[in-house]
Parts: sequence; C-alpha cells; structure tokens
Amino acid sequence: MMTGAMVLTRDFDREDLFRIETYLERGGYAALRKALAGLSPAQVLAEVKSASLRGRGGAGFPAGLKWSFVPQADDGPKYLCVNADEGEPGTFKDRYILAHDPHLLIEGIALTCYAVGIRTAYVYIRGEYEHIARRFEAAVEEARARGFLGESVLGSKFGLDVFVHRGAGAYICGEETALLESLEGKRGHPRLKPPFPAVVGLFGRPTVINNVETLANVPSIILNGAAWFVEHGKPKDGGTRIFGVSGPVNRPGIFELPVGASLRELIFTHAAGMRTGKTLKAVIPGGLSAPVLKADEIDILLSTDGVAAAGSMIGSGGVIVIDEATPMISVLAKMTKFYSHESCGQCTPCRVGTAWMHKIVRRIAAGEGRLGDLDELIRLSENIKGRTLCPLGDAAALPILGIVRKFRAELERGMR
Amino acid sequence: MSGEFPAGLIEGVRGLAARYPAPQAALLPVLHLVQNERGHLSTDDERRVAALLGLPPMKVHEVVTFYSMFRRAPVGRYHLQVCTNVSCSLAGAEALAARLEARLGIRMGETTPDGKFTLTGVECLGACETAPCLMVNFDYHGGLDEDKLEALLGGLA
Repeated sequence: MMTGAMVLTRDFDREDLFRIETYLERGGYAALRKALAGLSPAQVLAEVKSASLRGRGGAGFPAGLKWSFVPQADDGPKYLCVNADEGEPGTFKDRYILAHDPHLLIEGIALTCYAVGIRTAYVYIRGEYEHIARRFEAAVEEARARGFLGESVLGSKFGLDVFVHRGAGAYICGEETALLESLEGKRGHPRLKPPFPAVVGLFGRPTVINNVETLANVPSIILNGAAWFVEHGKPKDGGTRIFGVSGPVNRPGIFELPVGASLRELIFTHAAGMRTGKTLKAVIPGGLSAPVLKADEIDILLSTDGVAAAGSMIGSGGVIVIDEATPMISVLAKMTKFYSHESCGQCTPCRVGTAWMHKIVRRIAAGEGRLGDLDELIRLSENIKGRTLCPLGDAAALPILGIVRKFRAELERGMR
Repeated sequence: MSGEFPAGLIEGVRGLAARYPAPQAALLPVLHLVQNERGHLSTDDERRVAALLGLPPMKVHEVVTFYSMFRRAPVGRYHLQVCTNVSCSLAGAEALAARLEARLGIRMGETTPDGKFTLTGVECLGACETAPCLMVNFDYHGGLDEDKLEALLGGLA
C-alpha cells in the first residue's frame, strides 16, 4: 500500500504493469521518442543536470554532473552499470521498481546511454532477486523486439544493448568500484580512487554507475522538464524519493514522497504510526549505515541536506523504526555482525576493526560488558573512519558511534 | 577431474561469455548457471569453468569462496535462508530461527538427514516490509508467524 506523491510509483498497484503493453498504454517510451526525435545528447544531459537529480543509492551525488565527467572526446567503448545490488539493510525500494515497472528503468537506461554516448549497459542485480532478474531479462527482450533497444533504437543511429548480471551475495558489491570488479568476474574488492569510474571504469573504460531509482527518474525529467522535477522537491535536490519503512509500524512498506517531506510525517502519517503498545525509541533514517536518530530528533526534512544537518544521512531511503522494548545492544550486535561479515578484507582497519568490535559487542550483549568497552568501541570506530579505501569503513564506524554516543546510559546499565 | 560438462551446459557458458568483452566477466553468471545445474560448486566443476573461460583455476576458486551465495557443498532440496538482520529481528527473526531449528531438528548451517532441508542464517534479503522473512530456494516468504511458518513447511513436499 502506498500514499504520498506518486510519480514513480503511481501505477504500482496494477498487476500487469511489468508488461510492455501496459507501459506503452501509460505513455511509456514517450520520453525516449522525444529525445531521439528532437534532442541532442548534450540537451538530454543538460536537462538532467538542471533537474538536480541526486543519486538515490546512498551517496546522493548529482547524476547529471556524474555523467558530465565522462570524457566526450573519447569515442571508444563506454559503459553504464546499473546498481541494482540493493544490499543496504532496511532497503527494498529498488525491488519494487525492478519487479513492477522494469520498462521505466529500461527507458531511463536508454536515455542515459543516449546522453552519454554509451552502447552497452549492464544491470547488476543482487543474486537473491533471481525471479526479478528473470522478469527483467524478459522485459529487455520485449523492449528489443519493439525497437527500443538494439542496433538502431527506433530507427536512429543510436544503438544499445542491455544485459542483466546477477551478483552473488556480497554487500560490498553495492560500492561502485567493487561492483565493477565483480562485473569483471573478480572478488568485490573496491578500487582506489582516483581514477574515478567516469574516466577509468569497467574494463578500463569510461563508465557511469547509477542506482535503479536514480535512472527511473530520467524519463519523467525528459518528458516534463527540469523545472517540473525541481518543483516536486528542492532546488538542489529535485523530485520525489521512495522510502521503505520497516519495523513495528502499522503500515510497513514503500512510500513515495517529495524530497523535503518530514520524517515524522513519513512514520506517523504514511506508515500509520507505531503499532499498538509500541513506543518510538529511535529511527535509522537511510539504511543501516545511517547514524541513528532518537525519538525526539525526527522533526527533520527528508532531503540529502536535511538529514545530513541532523548528523545522519538519507542514504538509500531505508527507514528502520525501533521501539522502546528493543534493547539498543541487540541493534548494535546485528550491526557489528553485519559489517564484520561483509568487510571485504582488503583494508586492515575495517577487516580487523569490525571483527574486534563485534567481539566486544557480543560480550556486552551476553551481560559481561566491562566499563571501558564503550570507549574502546569509540576508539576502534575512530580508527576505522576515514582510513579505508571505500565507504564501508565509515558505513560501519558512523552508525556504531551513533548508538554508543546516543544510548550510552542504556548500554552501560549492568556493566562493571 | 573426469569428464566434461554436458553439451547444453557448455553452450550456456559460451552464450554468457559472449555478453562481455572479456570472458572472465561472465564468471558470476556462469557460476550461478553451473550451481543451478549441479546443486553446488565442486573443485572439479571450478576447474571445468576455468578451462572454458580460459582462466587459472585459482581465479575461479577465489571468486567461489568470496561470494556467500556460491556453495561448495550440497544443500537440501529446500534451502531455507532466514534473514537475521535488524528489521527482521525487530519482527521476531530470532524466534523464527529457533522455531525452525526445533521443527527441523537441525541447527543453522545444517541439513536434515533425509536431505530435504538446509537451514542458513543470512543478512538482509531486501524484503524488510514483510519481516520476518526467509527464502526457500529463490522464493520469498514474509510475515512468518507460527501459523504461516507451519503452513509454509507443510506445503513443501
């Protein structure tokens, strides 16, 4: 069930939405027709740039700006990698787009590739979404059969191939350079940046990497214009966002809201508030890696800058609601177990630090915490933060620091 | 290592390799394909994949051991993978896991003696709105209270 502003999710309750006939009936592929009939690639890129479309995967980087880093003078192969790895705990919005509206994503892919001069796109879908990957592959075939993909898209000089590539259960592959390594058939070990993927990416070639929801916004930007898109959100952060709410609320699910909506409203209006007998204790606002907010810190705006101002991040839009009856040590224990399991092992601070933290947290959870353990967790987090190749180090350190600092008194109870 | 892959499987591997400018890039899709056909990835099958893609066997082995979905041992007919992350825990994932262990008489990571069920604890499956959830092979099941779990297990012949 969904409420709120509906642009991307407008027709999600239609069972047959994933079929190309339904997509066409709703005006699908009109943006691609419009672009190929009368817009230059540079014009498409400029429109997306002025729409202030920020990445929906976690980092919030402006998509048009990212595309503009691809060297245009280079006429060798360039690639688009669609990040459909969706491994951030608490996040499930891309699953809905992939399963319900695959052609919206395909149209977004085609427009992006047209704008940047790309002829091959790989959609990296998390391995567990096996059925969804198959359905998406079928949608790619439908699009090819109708001339929206292939050698000559809609009879133009623009050609595009799209391939589905399944991951195999490694959170780290949601990090863009680990995703590239994984796509090349290797372990998901992030690369040192620079060079950035826009210059040296997949197979050593210029590569754009965007999240599913980010690309799904492109058709409506091209069809309705940048001004329309900005109006739905904020001047530097346009459009709507799909939030996934989980935890003990009355109506867990996805909700599409304008960028800048209130977090309180998301939880208490759209997700229909706490279940009977449950009191709000804390909220993780943007996937597990986003530092926790206390119950009295949720009067904030859901934009990249709004959540950052509250000391957390909007991340992937996965909102995890925690109730009073849940001990924060159990949340912390899941967190440290997750990051120590998912650390790729490449950088010592992350590999050793996350495992060390998990050992300490397990001891506290078993009722054998020692005074000094929390300071040790802070020290370890501070030593991981900023000292790793990729953002997984920070993604582990910051939420752990958040819980330890904000719930110190609770965690210290019973310690000697 | 004795024998080759069946012809159909070799054809499948070659088809996947053709999607990429470098054959190694097909490794994950190829390993999924082989695992689906063979049930798990044996050392011999790793070598067969390596030979088909023109890779040193160690390149295949290091990938198989890095990714949690690749299995080096057989699993039961139904592979039950229970999410143990935060959203599912908030909805009783620990009780669900304990119930499954008791009901099947095995611990996490084990297979029933009749080879019917394997139970594994996994990280977030991306279905948090249906917490607590689990995967049976590739099928997602959510909202698993005691009754729903019984109905689910009862339906697995």
